[in-house]
Amino acid sequence: MEMHEAKRVEIIIEAIMTKRLTDLLMDSGVTGFSVLPVKGGSGRSGHWTREGTIGRADGMSCVVCMIRPDRLDGLLEAVMPVLERHIGVVNVTDAHVMRAERF
Amino acid sequence: MGSALELAVNNFVSPVILCFLLGLAAALARSDLSFPQAVAKGMSLYLLFAIGFKGGASVADHGVDALLIMTLIAAVILSAGLPFLAFFLLKVMTRLSTLDAAAVAAHYGSISIVTFVAATSVLQAQGVASEGFMVAVAAAMEAPAIVSALWLISQRGDSGAQKSGMSAELMREILLNGSIVLLVGAFAIGWITGAEGKAEIDPFITAPFKGVLCLFLLDMGLVAGRGLRESKGAMSRGLVLFGVIMPLAGAMFGLGAGALLGLSAGGVALMMVLSASASYIAVPAAMRVALPEANPAVYLTVSLGITFPFNVTIGIPIYIAVATAVIGG
Repeated sequence: MEMHEAKRVEIIIEAIMTKRLTDLLMDSGVTGFSVLPVKGGSGRSGHWTREGTIGRADGMSCVVCMIRPDRLDGLLEAVMPVLERHIGVVNVTDAHVMRAERF
Repeated sequence: MGSALELAVNNFVSPVILCFLLGLAAALARSDLSFPQAVAKGMSLYLLFAIGFKGGASVADHGVDALLIMTLIAAVILSAGLPFLAFFLLKVMTRLSTLDAAAVAAHYGSISIVTFVAATSVLQAQGVASEGFMVAVAAAMEAPAIVSALWLISQRGDSGAQKSGMSAELMREILLNGSIVLLVGAFAIGWITGAEGKAEIDPFITAPFKGVLCLFLLDMGLVAGRGLRESKGAMSRGLVLFGVIMPLAGAMFGLGAGALLGLSAGGVALMMVLSASASYIAVPAAMRVALPEANPAVYLTVSLGITFPFNVTIGIPIYIAVATAVIGG
């Protein structure tokens, strides 16, 4: 089966900023993405767990999208205003997809 | 004052406060006791609906008067003004940066609705009457403090302040956060439907209320205890002291405002509770958006780990005792 090159962008961000991030993704033309809950973790701000979180300020979420490689720079520039001041991790990995026209 | 002390002791051994202490102790002892997130959320929705509805029905019963309007105005002034006092105390008592001090200060102008609900329950148990519209007063005190804190930072030229600010989107999120919408919405429904409406759903909003509040405060005790346990390094002695002194100072302003307005003893006690309590839901969310550089471990721990337990266990009995001693009841 023919496979096509793509980039998998995974952004772990504070839950409260998720909507702002996905709005920017939509504005930059990325209309396909998934938002996943993060159960807990540890980082520079210390250990945390979803258990016992009481407000919208707590916790992290993970936004995953697949895009064509030539759209990567535009996407990262577009989402930078939301990411630069907040806790989170952005990682980009090479991937392959079956239906290139969808990305 | 002897009866006031007795009142304070009775309040301290109520099921509501003892449940909170159980949760706090369990978390500190590293018990695996926990509530599913959806259950805790469900309980908080029930409590907000019940307290809002009962407040609205009470206003329908007694009518709207100048006292309600004046109390709302006083509440907004208190909420906007208390962050300045908190900021001053933090600068004197701690070595927090301007950004962190302003972020903490915002929490102390805003309110903890759970503390308010707990105080209302204790007042009812003691047979101390309060104005039904205090629910609306609580809602009015959520947001002004956030504006004050952001103004404080912008005036001091902190690097974070250059990028922060109260955007229309943030203001919408604060004013329309789920707790406020449910509280004010239930208040409006209670107001519109009055005593008849309350009679229709009374078995649902009255009989289970205290039991649900006990379980919810048990969960809040667990949350506060976990926060305290994980806050090692974030808290200084000065900050812990601030977490106890600030609610007492705020309560004095609430006492003054309530007494000047001519509120009942219960109303004054609730005004004290609102002025003494610190937000740990609405304001932290606003701070994460507007001031992400401020350290959440500092403002969440002092608000949820120090002030909230202090108010629920010691503060509420003190505020009720002082209000009844000063106003009479």
